[in-house]
Amino acid sequence: MNIIYSPETPAEFAELVRATPRILPIGARTKPGLSSVSPDVALLSTERINGIIEYEPDEFTFTALAGTPIADLAEILREKGQYLPFDPFLVSAGATLGGTVASGLSGPGRLRFGGIRDFILGIRFVDGSGRLLRLGGKVVKNAAGFDLPKFFTGSLGRFGALVELTFKVFPRSPGRLTLRLPVSDIDSAVRIFVAAANSRWEPDALDLLPSGDAVALRIAGPQEALPRIAAEILGRWPGEILEGEAADLLWSGLREFSWADPAGILAKIALTPRAVPALVGAARRLDGKVHVSSGGNVAFASLPPGANLADLGLQALTLRGSPLLWNLARPVSAISLAVKAALDPNNRFPSLNT
Amino acid sequence: MSSPAIISGRDSPWLRCLENALPADRLLWRPEQLSAYESDGLTAYRATPLAIAVPETATEVVALVRACRSGNIPFVARGSGTSLSGGSLPVCNGIVIALNRLNRILSIDPDHRIAVVEPGVINASVTTAAAPYGLHYAPDPSSQSICTIGGNVAFNSGGAHCLKYGMTSNHVLGLKVVLATGEIVEWGSASREQLGPDWCGLFTGNEGLFGIALEVTLQLLPRAETYHTVLAGYRTLEQAGDAVSSIVASGLLPGAIEIMDALALEAAKAAVHADYPPGCEAVLIVELEGARESVAVDREQLDRIIASSGPIEARPARNAAERLAIWKGRKSAFSAVGRLSPDFIVQDGVVPRRRLGEALRRIGEMSREAGLRCANVFHAGDGNLHPLILYNGCNPGELARAEALAGRILRMCVEMGGSITGEHGIGVEKRDFLSDMFGADEIECMQRIRAAFDPLGIANPGKMFPSGEAQALAQRGLHPLEKAGIVFRE
Repeated sequence: MNIIYSPETPAEFAELVRATPRILPIGARTKPGLSSVSPDVALLSTERINGIIEYEPDEFTFTALAGTPIADLAEILREKGQYLPFDPFLVSAGATLGGTVASGLSGPGRLRFGGIRDFILGIRFVDGSGRLLRLGGKVVKNAAGFDLPKFFTGSLGRFGALVELTFKVFPRSPGRLTLRLPVSDIDSAVRIFVAAANSRWEPDALDLLPSGDAVALRIAGPQEALPRIAAEILGRWPGEILEGEAADLLWSGLREFSWADPAGILAKIALTPRAVPALVGAARRLDGKVHVSSGGNVAFASLPPGANLADLGLQALTLRGSPLLWNLARPVSAISLAVKAALDPNNRFPSLNT
Repeated sequence: MSSPAIISGRDSPWLRCLENALPADRLLWRPEQLSAYESDGLTAYRATPLAIAVPETATEVVALVRACRSGNIPFVARGSGTSLSGGSLPVCNGIVIALNRLNRILSIDPDHRIAVVEPGVINASVTTAAAPYGLHYAPDPSSQSICTIGGNVAFNSGGAHCLKYGMTSNHVLGLKVVLATGEIVEWGSASREQLGPDWCGLFTGNEGLFGIALEVTLQLLPRAETYHTVLAGYRTLEQAGDAVSSIVASGLLPGAIEIMDALALEAAKAAVHADYPPGCEAVLIVELEGARESVAVDREQLDRIIASSGPIEARPARNAAERLAIWKGRKSAFSAVGRLSPDFIVQDGVVPRRRLGEALRRIGEMSREAGLRCANVFHAGDGNLHPLILYNGCNPGELARAEALAGRILRMCVEMGGSITGEHGIGVEKRDFLSDMFGADEIECMQRIRAAFDPLGIANPGKMFPSGEAQALAQRGLHPLEKAGIVFRE
């Protein structure tokens, strides 16, 4: 078992990094595969580094500590009619802001305005020398200095430990409408992805359900405008409008991965719409299921325990259920080693390949 | 970091090593050839490089960078030279790598809505090429008809639509890059998602300190079906600022919210015969965009907010021509202000949006104290100021007063919790202000990262970091392209 430290302040957090030869920051471990490291690595929990530092609804920005649960943030934003447009995952499971950034996960809503990388503005983090550093900014527009906030998105805690984050948020459209469009095969789903993403409707989400038999298309905007847009979409492809609760269940099920085998492997794959049929085919041959999101730009595959992930054919990041972080070997560039050495000269944080 | 060798003379070994990288006729070294590259959009600075290399292929760029590395020769990558922060100012003991001939759009995939382009492709050309498919490239710096994608990537360029659509970095999906070490890397892909750290995000905005982009994969967006653009004139800047607050608080998400002050209006009238409501001291431009059903509902709400904000007059654009006229006045405003004065400096600091009114008041006070005029055109939606300080370089001491005023404005932005640059970058112009925004540890961390990409310090030396090596001479007046009305400052 790994030792787990739970410091209470950013200063203690930094002190622990300085004092520990091998360490990995963790949030609520809702993606346990990302922190399955050898037993000699201590885990540095952000559990008590928690809370919103400032929220400026008029500025469309907030700053919160890394351990702040996304659920708490979402609630506070909702009170002001705002939201995180990239639909973070595993909110009910307790996912934290820092963990969501480090894992680089964006949900269905990333289709319209972009993913988590497009909303992060600033970070405070502890580098491998135990220094607390603040990079990026606190305003919605900033071009000063290197964009380490973006680099830390998806960095899996391997380059530094996030302590505090500043985000941009958006006003939430007053209306949302979800359409369920049945498809007979994956090629039909891809055709809907391409046509809808290129349409005038500005879809808010465009996902192939794990059942593989329907596309969920969500539109958002002023309430009065949506029925007419929905009617036009349903004139093009047969389907139905999902009413409030059914729609909420559909999206919360995807958000929490409740469709996935809890004992199996869950992996993220970045891809393009053209690659979707082959991926879904490969996953089915492994007795798995796939949720394809953001119009075919990202997929989440659930596979039985022990499945050979290499057979997916595409690079995958294992969120849970596998001892391997990656299914295929990743090329190691000289620059990735040099940047790792610049931020973490003593290799306190594990390598990105383990 | 070792200091780059200082060398001169066209017969010296460094030139021969570059000549192996590309044909001799594309290595320019005669004084009249060099002079065209002495300056960029920040005309107050000038430096003469040893030579200009004009590669035509990515292979030649790689060979040049590797030759520079083996010869320890500083290089400055340059697109159209529109940087407003002196980002492409040459170094006197180095070469300029002019990327304008790498101007091919390598592919457009309309189904997947991406374009793969070379670094010398003009920003507006991407949209032109994408338009037949109903797509466009969102980042729209005012110089978009001339600035290049390579420069946009290096400086993370912005534009008028950043609040909703973000800056260049939000639209770069993939990069093929030659680093200053000579290593070639590919990051990202055609997917909008990625696995692992965001290397494209780190590279975008590197200000030329990491290397040179050879291929850029850009995200394209469907062109909005409908626009609703309103121009409203107000008696005071505060009223215009209050209207912005009301719009933001309403839950609307306009594509652009811009404000011009009285001096900027005067200039736009003189330059492009823009027509503004008589008696107004400030003009607000707001643009909604989207599906026609959504815009129809949102425009009613917007029109109500504007009507209750006390404008002298509100003018919605009734057709595409009127919309373009509104934007023409806005985008020409800066160069137009330049006609009111022999010289000017433009800053692009950012303040929290709620402090815009206070920031403008203080800029006005500081300008009066300095005895200089200052015009303001700004992206009000994201708090990105563009104070334009007018001065006459012929009057002794006036340039120094203007620079001192610019410095006070930047420090005010930092004190208010904002940034010293929203979209122009640090470059050579604001390098001494980096330490106002970041502590010594942060700057040291960025320098370590820079050294990881460029251990010799040969890629665009003298930019971004304080006490840089670049030598520069002061210069006066409009950039030749501005005089010709081709480029605009913003």
